[in-house]
Amino acid sequence: MKTYDLSELALRNLRESSLRNSLTTIGISVGVASLVAMLSLGIGLQKLATRHLAKSGLFDTVVVTSRRELRGFNREDQPSTASAAESRTLDEPARQEIERLPNVLEAYPDIRFITELSYQDKTHLTMVSGIPDSARSNDAFTGIPGSFFSSETAPEVILQKSFALELLGKTPPPGHEDDVPVSDLAKPLLGKELTMHYAQRVSAPESAAENTAATSGASTESDAAYSVVSREQKLKIVGISDLDPDSMRGAARARVFLPLKLAQDLRVMQPSDVRDSMRGFGKQPSYSTVSVRVRNPKNVEEVEQAIKKLGFNTFSILDATRSLRQFFAVLDLFLGIFGSLALAVASIGIVNTLVMAILERRREIGIMKAIGASDSDVKKLFFAEAGAMGLLGGVVGVMLGWAIGHVINLGTNIYLRRQALPPESFWSVPWWLVGAAIIFAFIVSLVSGLYPAARAARLDPVQALRYE
Amino acid sequence: MCCVSSRDSARHRGHEEHRGKTSLSMTLPVSQPNRQTGAPAVRIVDLCRHYQMGEALIPAVDGVSLQIQSGEFVALLGSSGSGKSSLLNLIAGLDRPTSGAVIVEDRDLAQLSREELAKHRLRTVGMVFQSFNLVSRMTLAENVDLPLRFAEVDRSQRQALTRQALERVGLSARMSHRPSELSGGEQQRAALARALINQPKLLLADEPTGNLDSHTGTEIMNFIREFNQSLGMTIVMVTHERALAERYARRMILLADGKLVDDRPNSAVSASLQEEQQ
Repeated sequence: MKTYDLSELALRNLRESSLRNSLTTIGISVGVASLVAMLSLGIGLQKLATRHLAKSGLFDTVVVTSRRELRGFNREDQPSTASAAESRTLDEPARQEIERLPNVLEAYPDIRFITELSYQDKTHLTMVSGIPDSARSNDAFTGIPGSFFSSETAPEVILQKSFALELLGKTPPPGHEDDVPVSDLAKPLLGKELTMHYAQRVSAPESAAENTAATSGASTESDAAYSVVSREQKLKIVGISDLDPDSMRGAARARVFLPLKLAQDLRVMQPSDVRDSMRGFGKQPSYSTVSVRVRNPKNVEEVEQAIKKLGFNTFSILDATRSLRQFFAVLDLFLGIFGSLALAVASIGIVNTLVMAILERRREIGIMKAIGASDSDVKKLFFAEAGAMGLLGGVVGVMLGWAIGHVINLGTNIYLRRQALPPESFWSVPWWLVGAAIIFAFIVSLVSGLYPAARAARLDPVQALRYE
Repeated sequence: MCCVSSRDSARHRGHEEHRGKTSLSMTLPVSQPNRQTGAPAVRIVDLCRHYQMGEALIPAVDGVSLQIQSGEFVALLGSSGSGKSSLLNLIAGLDRPTSGAVIVEDRDLAQLSREELAKHRLRTVGMVFQSFNLVSRMTLAENVDLPLRFAEVDRSQRQALTRQALERVGLSARMSHRPSELSGGEQQRAALARALINQPKLLLADEPTGNLDSHTGTEIMNFIREFNQSLGMTIVMVTHERALAERYARRMILLADGKLVDDRPNSAVSASLQEEQQ
């Protein structure tokens, strides 16, 4: 039988027992909807996590250090000096070279230092870090009470929540930091001033440097000489961050953030300065680390390789993204399995419907065989009916799944809004899922039709014609 | 076991006698059907069809041998359970023999695969049943069109052929009606149109008037006779009405308990045909 004749007959047969076939098709739709809903949730959550992680700046960042830096600390078993190729200094020319690498958005020095901050006559010791202007889109700084820095050199500061709690003397017991809303901290702190006490590195005049070199009797590495001057800087509190943007630094994580340019201009004494002066690297200060932001997390590995070729060490948490992808792959698999359960039940419905159809249409099958239908014609007809139900069920199911997702998303966002949290999209139905779900429903239906179709094809026409 | 050859075939008789079977009378002259070509349309050799019913073996067809020439109009007579419908099903290729051969168009149906048997039913035979056997969910046009679909005929051609077939049986005005909306006679006419649609050489009719009143039955039989005479179609009709067979068939074969007990030409019909031809 020709395909269009087969399709026409199959659709006609489906229309004849419309109630039963509609119920079976609804069963498939519910199965597909459950599958789509489950997988969409998995995909949506993965996207949400990826989006947040991307915004956190953790996954598209490569931290670059000089090889010599790493050899310096507690590595007694390793030689304390590196070969010329391995000992490039991580200074401004090196930073610019890294910034010119393909897929690198920016490379900025990591300015961080421990210092004292005074607020209302009380002094607090903490780690301060300079952050680039590009961090304004970072998750930690979007939607915060207050604002991001007004300019790259503005004497302004953003506080991490834990430091804000400390300033207000509200330190909650460990594990209960989240109980205090960040907005409560913003009210008394925003617009207030902090005084930062810091040690500024000031290059010594050339003559003084020469004298120093002469008295020490050392070689002429006079340009490493500098003075350290105690300074104060007034800083206006412009924002409070609820998140911990510097968490990847572990113990060295900062709780107070300045504009990077301002931090650089302040020329705050860095731990690396002491080493520089011992090694006499030159007039240009070197950086202990440089943070490199890449265009896409996918480019991290390639950029890391390129930087290593330049003679630096790199670190990224690419492995963490791999683990995350693995986690979501497993989650999607489990959600898919649970979603498929309903489809499996629906497939039993197809078998039932078609077996019932065979019983009902036994005589009709006998007639068709008597007037020339072959076994394969009958088999194809039942297959086509199963396939049509699967296809229709798949299409309706995808729409239903999409609608369920939409409704749940809407409901969740209403709840989030009531909790004063920003809206999120937990649901994502990509086109490949739409196509795959319909094809899957079609295949499941065809497989379900295997037994009924074979049974119908095997019917003895003489017996079938006797059937009333 | 009883085997009878309808034709004076020495070879068959010899074969049957060799197997120690009784040969019934063949003294009657061979009927001369209209447009008979002389070539056998159906040749049945020592055909048996036994059914197992629990522990009992039911011989529905038991050692039947006969030949039907092309263009013949043969009536298979017998009481209920005599095996006439079983024999018809074997000729139609709806059933397979337990032993023996059914040779239609030089092909032994017993040797054909299921697909080949389906092709035989599609191309070579047309069937009409007592209970019409139209698909109740389809219109008349769709019912008549169905064999053409199986034969993979193009839609445009199908429409023309269907209309032509229904016109031939006077049902062109009822094409879009469902079988339940028609009288028994109309349904049987539609079944005839469906049987004709693939232009088969052999029309097998199983009690075609069994569910009809005498007037409608006559109407149907006239159609069947017309197909035999004008199209040269070989007709094998199962009936238990002797009068009907005597009125239309040119040869009557009597079955009892699955055996062929009599095979004779219907001289009255043959004579009237000859008169008509003259």
